[in-house]
This record gives sequence, structure tokens and C-alpha cells, in this order.
Amino acid sequence: MKADNLLNSNFVRWMAADEGPESDIVISSRIRLARNLNLIPFPQILDRESGKKSLQTIEEAWSKSTTPDLKEMELLTFDRLTALERKMLVEKHLISPGHAESDESFRGVLTNQDGSLVIMINEEDHLRIQCFLPGLQLEECYRQAQQIDDDLEQHLNFAFDERRGYLTSCPTNVGTGMRASVMLHLPAIAISGQINQIFHNIAQLGMTVRGIYGEGTEVIGNFFQLSNQVTLGQTEEDIINNLTGITKRIIEQERLLRERLREDMKYQLEDRVGRAYGILSSARVMNSNEAMALLSDVRLGVDLGILAKITAFALNELVVAIRPAHLQKKVGKEMDAFHRDIERAEVIKERLAATREH
Amino acid sequence: MYCEECKQRPATVHLTQMYNGKKVEIHLCEACAAQKGAFMFDVASNFSIPNLLGSLFGSNFNLPEVQTQLPGRVCPNCGMSLNDIMNTGRLGCSECYTAFEKELEPTLRRVHGNSEHVGKVPARGGEKVMVKKKIEHLKQQLQQAVAAENYEKAAEIRDTIKDTEKKLG
Repeated sequence: MKADNLLNSNFVRWMAADEGPESDIVISSRIRLARNLNLIPFPQILDRESGKKSLQTIEEAWSKSTTPDLKEMELLTFDRLTALERKMLVEKHLISPGHAESDESFRGVLTNQDGSLVIMINEEDHLRIQCFLPGLQLEECYRQAQQIDDDLEQHLNFAFDERRGYLTSCPTNVGTGMRASVMLHLPAIAISGQINQIFHNIAQLGMTVRGIYGEGTEVIGNFFQLSNQVTLGQTEEDIINNLTGITKRIIEQERLLRERLREDMKYQLEDRVGRAYGILSSARVMNSNEAMALLSDVRLGVDLGILAKITAFALNELVVAIRPAHLQKKVGKEMDAFHRDIERAEVIKERLAATREH
Repeated sequence: MYCEECKQRPATVHLTQMYNGKKVEIHLCEACAAQKGAFMFDVASNFSIPNLLGSLFGSNFNLPEVQTQLPGRVCPNCGMSLNDIMNTGRLGCSECYTAFEKELEPTLRRVHGNSEHVGKVPARGGEKVMVKKKIEHLKQQLQQAVAAENYEKAAEIRDTIKDTEKKLG
């Protein structure tokens, strides 16, 4: 099984920070296209029978595909994955928490080996074609997702209306069916207290900000997910250009504030980064929120050259490796919160020690 | 100020809605507002996305363009009723968009500020849309050519439009 990697290791493509532009601030870019099959009820009201029919139709189209990226994918239906494995896919940001709750054989994912192209099947919509890449690369994400869309559409009757565009289960996605998003690390803006002001302004521009795991999740470790709100009445290109433009402005602001921190608060900043590193490399018990907050400080230290030898890749990997499902997979058994906190401290220490030796 | 509905009790509920770029103000008494279902925000625990969306559907009173629909009416393809959609904030299938087109229109405007798709069109099943868009584009060019008094080019474009229109059948 090729997609085994996604379940047996921490790695997923968006972690490869050295491949992505602006990856000191933009962790990853994602494009998601929502597509539905004409006339078949949307997944939320699917019974097992029509669910199977929907999956079958999609599988048939997939088997006829000619795009190498799509042909190479592997189908993982949720009856074949454990709850833990489904959670690992959530922790890698590849599927939504809601999708992972199901163990139905007609729900699942089509995924490539490195998790850069993942199609959720029978989630909220029949198909959600997603592309994830490191850094700020929304255009490239769209190009790849579009290729998959074009290929599938030759064999599938997508629900499409001349006036409304691509029809989706939720009216907030209708039109392009496209959600473009970027995961941002904004410690300096957060420290400066400007974050709410900036997000208030962003909301006026038809964009929305969410926590690290998408809709309804809290902000941890100064990670913010910025995405378009409007999907109807704008072209895909407009949406991508707008989001890229706004992201670039935020990057400018974050860089400016980081410079200012380094100039005006050199000692406080170095102290904060040093303490974070100290705690991470010697603590024995560490909960998830504390770890994320300290890792954010360390990341800022790495970006500003205060800490050497730690790579952005190692930090990206840690953000996933310290999540509950990944910890339990590593140890090979279920653990309660306390034992996970012990294992988490261990994993962080190991990873930081490994980067020191290189 | 008296309630616009019963014209007896004082108006204590004031709502402002934007519709097709026009501001519509509504002044009601509490009793009439409750009856109209205007209290979409009175229970904080209902502040979830499906509930908010659900409340966006159907709260179209006082808008002359929108006829009051029976909430029990169902989509002929999937059997979802307007009530179901209002409760979940989700549609049942592609045909719901046609079955509840009128109720959806204001919702889409409120969510997107817009109700017409301008993005990608699927090559399959979208042929007609593409032809129509091409004709629209040609018509614009035709107007420009006429405005520039380039009649030769205008005639050419006119012929292309005629040919293209034949494809629509």
C-alpha cells in the first residue's frame, strides 16, 4: 500500500518548507474544490445504498482517468481504516474532523503518496478535491487540483447550474465550490496585539480566519488559517489573486513587526526564545497547548536567526507528531492524556536533540 | 411609532435588511416580530453555522419580490422539505437548487453579496453555457465595433454571432 506512508510516518508534503516560497510565515497553501454528482442526494442524507452508488460512480471515473497524478492515487475507504488512522489524517490536515468520524465503506479518501493531492469522498459533498503544498503557492495548488477536476469531469456528470455554478450541499460553497486557504504563523503580529484589528479588516474583504484545524477550531501556537468566504460571483483566479494579495500584505506586516521586535526588544525576545527552547528540551510532561505555544516561540527564534540548526521542516513535523493520534500510533497503544503528555515531551526532546547533532 | 404589521402596539423591534442594494427598514412590535420569526438571535446557544444559515432562509418577509412559500413543500428528487433545509442549513441534492430557487436567492445574496456564477464551467454538460458566454462576449465586441464606426468588423462579428447561435439550437 503506497499511501501507507501517510499512516506510518509523520511526513506529508506540505511540511517540506524548503520547497515553499515565504515559508517562514506561510506554512502551507491549500485549494479545495467541492463537486457533486447530479441528482444523487448529497452525502449528509445518503443511505448506505445510494452512498455505495455514489462511491461506485466515482471509482469508475477514477479507473478511466488519464492524468498521472490521479491514476497513481489510492482509495482508502473508512471501513478499512481504524479510528486512530482516520484521526492521523485529520492531524495531518488532509481531511476534516467530521469526515474522520465515519467508518462507512462508502466514505473515504483518494490520496497520492505524499498527501499533496487528496480527494475526500462523500464528506459534505460527493467530492472534495484538495491540493496542499508548502509555503505560498495557491496558483500551483489550483493548477494541480484543476487538472484532477478536468479529468474526473470527463467521466462524471457534475451538478452544475448556469446561474449558480457548481452546486454544493451548503450554500456557502456554491459557485466555484472553491475554498483557497493559507496557514500562517504570525507570532509578531500576535505579540503586538494587532491581530484582531487585522482580522476585522480582512473580514470586510470577504475573507475569514480560523484556527489550525479549520472551521470551529481555536487558534493555537499563533497559527491562523486565512481563507476566502465568498464563492459565488467571483472567478477562481480573482479569489486566488485576492487571497494571495492579502497574504502578501500580512507577510509584510509580520516581517516589519519582527524586525521591530529584534531592534527594540532584543533581550526580551532572545530571553523568550531561549526559555521556550530550554523548556522544550528538558520538560518531562507537556500538554498540547503549551507545546504549541513554545514551539511558536522557537520557530520565531529560528526565523530570526536566534536559534541555529533547527529547520522549519523539523518544526512542521513536530506540530503533527505531537498530536494525540500520532503519539499513540508511535507507541502502538492507546494512552490517556497524562501518558500522552509524557510521550509528547519525549518526542519533542528527541527531535530537538537530533537537529542539534546535524 | 406603531408596529407596521398590527398598527396597534408600539414598534420595539427595528430591522434593517439590504436587498438588491436597497435598504429595507422594518418596524414591528414584539408580538408580530415573534410571529414573523424575526427573532433569529434571541437564543445564544443557537448561534451555530447551520442555525444561522437556516435562519437566513425564509426570513424574507416584507420583501415584495419574495412570495411566501409553504415550508412543507418538498424537493421532487430527494424529498427534502424547506423546513429540513431551514433546520440544517444544508440542501439535499442538486435539484433542491431549482425547487427552492426563490427562497435561495436572498440567502445567496446575503452570504456572497452575489447570486450569479462567473467562474469555471465544466466542459461536459457546460457546453451551452460556454456558447452563451461566447455570444455575450461577441455582443460586447459588436457594440464596441459599432461605437468605433468600424462597420466592416461589426458585420463580421454579427455573422459569427448568428453562426454561434445556431449551435444553441
